Amino acid sequence: MIMADDKDVLRDVWFGRIPACFTLSPDETTEREAEPYYLLLPRVSYLTLVTDKVKKHFLKVMKAEDVEEMWFEHEGTPLKWHYPIGVLFDLHASNSALPWNITVHFKNFPEQDLLHCSTNSVIEAHFMSCIKEADALKHKGQVINDMQKKDHKQLWMGLQNDKFDQFWAMNRKLMEYPTEEGGFRYIPFRIYQTMSDRPFIQTLFRPVSSEGQALTLGDLLKELFPAAIEDEPKKFQVMIHGIEPLLETPIQWLSEHLSHPDNFLHISIIPAPSD
Amino acid sequence: MPSSLLWAVDVYGRVYSLSTAGQQWEHCREAHLEFKRITAVQQCCWSIACDHNIYLNVHASDVPIRYQEDTYENQRWNPVDGFSDRLLPSDRWQWSDVTGLKHQPLADFQLPSENWEWEGDWYVDENFGGEPTEKGGWTYAIDFPATYTKDKKWNSCVRRRRWLRYRRYKAQDTWVKIPSDQTGSLPDPFNDITCGGWEVTEEPRGCLALWAVSLQGKVWFRSGINHHNPEGSFWEEVTVPGEVVQISCGPGDLVWAVLWEGHLLVREGIGRDCLRGSSWVTVESPNPGVGAVHVAVGVNVVWAVTKDHKVWFRRGVNSHNPCGSSWISMVGEMVMINVGLNDQVWGIAFEDRAVYFRQGVTASELSGKAWKVVSLTRDNDRSHSSASASSLQSAGCFFGGEVRLQSQASMLSDADAETDPAAGEVVPAPEMGDAPKPRIPKVTSDSFISELVSDREGQISRRDVPSASPSIPEEEQPEKEVDDRVSPAQVLSPSQSGGVDPQWSNVDLEEAQTHLASGAGGDAAETSSLSSVATYNLAVEEPYGADEHPKWAWISGGGCLVECHSQLNWFNSSTSTTLNSSMQAMSFSITPAQTAAWRKQIFEQLSERSKREMENFMHYEQAIEQTVIDNATSVWVKKGTMQWWRDWKPHKWVDVQFALEQFSGAEGNKDGILFIYYTFNDEKKYLHAFINEVTILVPVLNESKHTFAIYTAERTKQRWPIRLAAATELEMYDWLALLSVSCCDSRGIQGPPCKQAIWSVTCKGDVFVSEPTKELEASPYPTACDQMFWRQVGGHLRIVESNSLGVVWGIGYDHTAWVHTGGYGGGFFQGLASSTDNIYTQTDVKSVYIYENQRWNPVTGYTDRGLPTDRYMWSDASGLKECTKNNTKPPSPHWTWVSEWSIDYSVAGGTDREGWQYAADFPASYHGYKTLKDFVRRRRWARKCKLTTTGPWQEVPPIPLSDITILPCGPKSTVEQVSLWAISNKGDVLCRLGVTSLTPGGSSWLHVGTDQPFKSISIGGVHQVWAIAKDGSAFYRGSVSTQTPAGDCWYHIPSPTGQKLKQVSVGRTSVYTVDENGNLWYRHGVMPSYPQGSSWEHISNNVRKVSVGPLDQVWIIADKVQGSHSLSCGTVCRRLGVLPMEPKGHSWDYGIGGGWDHITVRGNAMEAPRIMMPSMTNSGSNQTAARSPLLTRNQPEPNGNPVGC
Repeated sequence: MIMADDKDVLRDVWFGRIPACFTLSPDETTEREAEPYYLLLPRVSYLTLVTDKVKKHFLKVMKAEDVEEMWFEHEGTPLKWHYPIGVLFDLHASNSALPWNITVHFKNFPEQDLLHCSTNSVIEAHFMSCIKEADALKHKGQVINDMQKKDHKQLWMGLQNDKFDQFWAMNRKLMEYPTEEGGFRYIPFRIYQTMSDRPFIQTLFRPVSSEGQALTLGDLLKELFPAAIEDEPKKFQVMIHGIEPLLETPIQWLSEHLSHPDNFLHISIIPAPSD
Repeated sequence: MPSSLLWAVDVYGRVYSLSTAGQQWEHCREAHLEFKRITAVQQCCWSIACDHNIYLNVHASDVPIRYQEDTYENQRWNPVDGFSDRLLPSDRWQWSDVTGLKHQPLADFQLPSENWEWEGDWYVDENFGGEPTEKGGWTYAIDFPATYTKDKKWNSCVRRRRWLRYRRYKAQDTWVKIPSDQTGSLPDPFNDITCGGWEVTEEPRGCLALWAVSLQGKVWFRSGINHHNPEGSFWEEVTVPGEVVQISCGPGDLVWAVLWEGHLLVREGIGRDCLRGSSWVTVESPNPGVGAVHVAVGVNVVWAVTKDHKVWFRRGVNSHNPCGSSWISMVGEMVMINVGLNDQVWGIAFEDRAVYFRQGVTASELSGKAWKVVSLTRDNDRSHSSASASSLQSAGCFFGGEVRLQSQASMLSDADAETDPAAGEVVPAPEMGDAPKPRIPKVTSDSFISELVSDREGQISRRDVPSASPSIPEEEQPEKEVDDRVSPAQVLSPSQSGGVDPQWSNVDLEEAQTHLASGAGGDAAETSSLSSVATYNLAVEEPYGADEHPKWAWISGGGCLVECHSQLNWFNSSTSTTLNSSMQAMSFSITPAQTAAWRKQIFEQLSERSKREMENFMHYEQAIEQTVIDNATSVWVKKGTMQWWRDWKPHKWVDVQFALEQFSGAEGNKDGILFIYYTFNDEKKYLHAFINEVTILVPVLNESKHTFAIYTAERTKQRWPIRLAAATELEMYDWLALLSVSCCDSRGIQGPPCKQAIWSVTCKGDVFVSEPTKELEASPYPTACDQMFWRQVGGHLRIVESNSLGVVWGIGYDHTAWVHTGGYGGGFFQGLASSTDNIYTQTDVKSVYIYENQRWNPVTGYTDRGLPTDRYMWSDASGLKECTKNNTKPPSPHWTWVSEWSIDYSVAGGTDREGWQYAADFPASYHGYKTLKDFVRRRRWARKCKLTTTGPWQEVPPIPLSDITILPCGPKSTVEQVSLWAISNKGDVLCRLGVTSLTPGGSSWLHVGTDQPFKSISIGGVHQVWAIAKDGSAFYRGSVSTQTPAGDCWYHIPSPTGQKLKQVSVGRTSVYTVDENGNLWYRHGVMPSYPQGSSWEHISNNVRKVSVGPLDQVWIIADKVQGSHSLSCGTVCRRLGVLPMEPKGHSWDYGIGGGWDHITVRGNAMEAPRIMMPSMTNSGSNQTAARSPLLTRNQPEPNGNPVGC
């Protein structure tokens, strides 16, 4: 009876925070020394959406002519703003000490690695296109298309302003499915890995087998990344929101509860720590 | 949905069952014989064993089958002896039945069969029409036969009393032979059997039709099977125009049989009065060249198999046209087919003898979509495989205690490494030396009518004779044996397995050998010479091996309920079965999914993650500031168009704009305002309501409009809610869900209902719950009833009962029992307004009634031509509304018809054989027989409809209930076992065992015997159990305690003079009852030393139901309450002025109303804070005062949030 409700998972996921320490790159020219800037980053948001304060902080010590588009880097890897913050952290820094050290750049934008992000509307467009793609997979896009413009806005504003209730009042509709089908049409998911140049793995995957059996995270990985589920020796960690769910977790449940606000289940596969 | 069983017999005559919730065939170990046929219904299985006798297995139930025998002792008064058994010559017998015509002394009563036992000895019935009689149970009259009274008068010349004795059916969950000596001269052994007909009539209860076919092709009908006579009375021969080989009887009035020649017979004339029907009609075989060999019928379907194993579906079959219209050829080759409940279909395939389930059979598509193989292991398969894996060499481990010695002997004699003391006792098996004959095992060979028929006509070669590939020609046998010797491992290959019948006489033995074969196979792989010798010998004996899938001979789904939409786990591979079956064994208070390791892992890891990543960094700045937003920006508005039921006359629906403005208050709490913009005389106006003043939102769905009502305290007083109608049902539910969340937010209510919650149910079956405050029962100034906030909980119930430990049970309209899972939401509440787990599918079934009215005229008799002033010839009960079969719709769009219209014979007042009730004129009181004065008649037609919804309720199978009560507990009580009593829908009194706050569903029912059916029950403080019997009198159960949860005996308590009680509720000490005329009665003089009390005191009229709580608070459903604008029927009211010394209170306080049917306040044990009177400030009350604020602080945080952010 003490078991927590599944809804608590949604809150835990939404309110996940990563402590980050932003330092200005030594390549940047400054008028005086820049203090590092400490911030709690929401795991489910996007770097460029939540770093206005960082930008303001460092601009104070820089000349306007030295400032181009801001970008971030962790231990030499440029951080793709269009991945959710939690995914970036799990992928690049989950086994390093906290806070997460992020280097801030204002020049030498790595054109081949990163997308430009001039305004928040770029993030909004990216976010909404993810949601639409996810719904196309889940419900042939019927749910998102039935929503009105203001409903779309509500989803975005919910994320932008960190309003859990506002976001979920709308998002719950995207998480519904006909009971008799036992799940979505296809699970919107992306599997990330650091070891490959391929950005991520994404294919059509149904939550229920043709025999009517609920498929699990293990089933998904067995099909798409069998190396990740090898037990001995354990070479990889499979991470979602900084945790390692058991392989028998139903994929449909994961999609409903551990998806990011963009409605995708982002799965990071990282090399297991050697110790 | 509770699980039910599919029954099957394999080719070796072993009986298995498969649960709809299971994933494994369970061997029926009670069967000590091989069976060849089985026919199952929900309550029992009938079968034919290899000894050609018929066996019955009545499934055990928590409610025993018991039958009340009664007889009357008659006496006459004479001046010499007073009353004595010396009667006049013209009088009745000294011992007789109620009519006096039949002589029945006590000694003449015999048990009907050895499967019955007496419960006790004869005793005198001291209850006479709800009144206790004088000592001895005598009732008096002037003469036989006359009206008896319990009082002796001056002219009482005769008296009689009733003696009672119960007998109980004891043979449950075991196969009992149905004695053939009763059957007279049975001509020849039985060959086929089919059971059905339970839908034809409910009178007598549990009435079944059992048909059997003999080897000579005669058909027999078993008479008199019903609940109180499970074995039936005797066999009647039914003449047939030919020799029948097989017969099938559906749940309703369909009976089809197959003739030797391949034609089919259809029974006609089956009805309520004649289960065996009157005549046969012939139907041609589906294929003129190839005769039928098998037929299977359901309610509205007929399936047949022809000699070429082709499957056929009969089109157009129903009750009015039992013959149907034409055959359709279906895919698949089957040897037999069976139709179960819901017209679901199973078959045994010709090719592999596997059981197939017909997928996609629905009411609209009775022929289904595709055959799907049921591929599951059997329980003995598993036990042997695990044994062989763990202990190949240790022969002893293969066998359970039940294994006989012969096979063990063969093992031991070859491999004497293991010496067992049992070896000395081994009986040498003479069969071992016999050359094995490859053929179908004897027990089932004659069960394949198809083969018998084919053989007779020589149409199918021997090679085609199916079974476990048994048709190895005899001349090949030696070769086979040689092969076997050469390569022992090969023996186990499926191609060669089966066929050899070792002719063991015992089923268990064969199992044991399966074990051996597999164990030996493993040895062979190890090339242990010792073992391979054993392998060789055993393999010859038992070539059907472990890797062979089971081969089935017969299947019966007559007791197996598969709903069209439900998921079966029968088609999965066997890998996951262990996990699943172990989970199913768990108590259903906690669902498997909730306790799954993966879920636990996620909860734990998330909380670890939050700790790791945030705990030491909470001083960091938040990236997104939760700025205090001013009102202007945080208002969000939802608008829509609706219709509004205008407040002023003439009332009508007018188009309005509807808007909900929500905003955050100063302390972060949310609130809102509802606006209804309307136009009146071309002027724009609006009406508004504050969300925090809304007390309840009530959906009112009917066939034409999707409406809901909004009440505030003021509107409750007026009995006039804001009524709104949305354009579509979806829109209505969207609004209701939004408004509901908004109302809960404004009151800071979220999550599941608290344990003290007050529950109520409307006449639509909607369930509402209210969180009581301490002030609710404060005295002398309680919170007014109309201020209570009610929110809806998903599900559909007729009754809900609770206690303060959070044990909540409900009963549906179809009498199904449900236990609350601790969740909330469901139904149209989704997303945040509902818990995500703990929500289950719930169904309910109820009947819709219409009346057929007729008037008599001298020329044509009764016709549907009435007088111009008459009611509609098809109407509702009042006669005011026309209700024809065609225009009557289910109560709301959520309900769908699940049956056709049928005559309802169970109407108060009785009916004649055609269901008619007669009266002098409309409207009048009706009776079930025609007299000369009757000029009108009516009969009631019923049609069942079904609703499917979701809610935080889980079914408690299998006994349907009509009333329930749960022990009320004090605010701080820690009761281990919660007493829960119930009345079954047949009037049996039941006591639930194993109910705790952690396992609210309990474990099993304990039956508590009564002399008559009961209808209401209530348990109060210190285990006082009160009940109301069908005759309207009350009973008190003595000596109920935690140690003796069922008590010891009933004390009869007369009802208030001239009144029949209908409901009882017992609080801490108060006992209240309601009678059939709506009077509320209080029981005086109830004391610990005399718990039965002394007399009834009238408290109020206009009462439908009462609920007395653990504080002795008295709440009722009032019949009619007048408000300032309107009148409401079915209103929640609370008794004011109830104090420990004044348990009767003084007046009523009126709450929500308009269609309320039920309330329970038995969870609310929250004591009100005492109001301090200046004069009372002594030391004692100081303590009380000190305690109150403490309690307040202990109140759980309603907005508790596990993660700070």
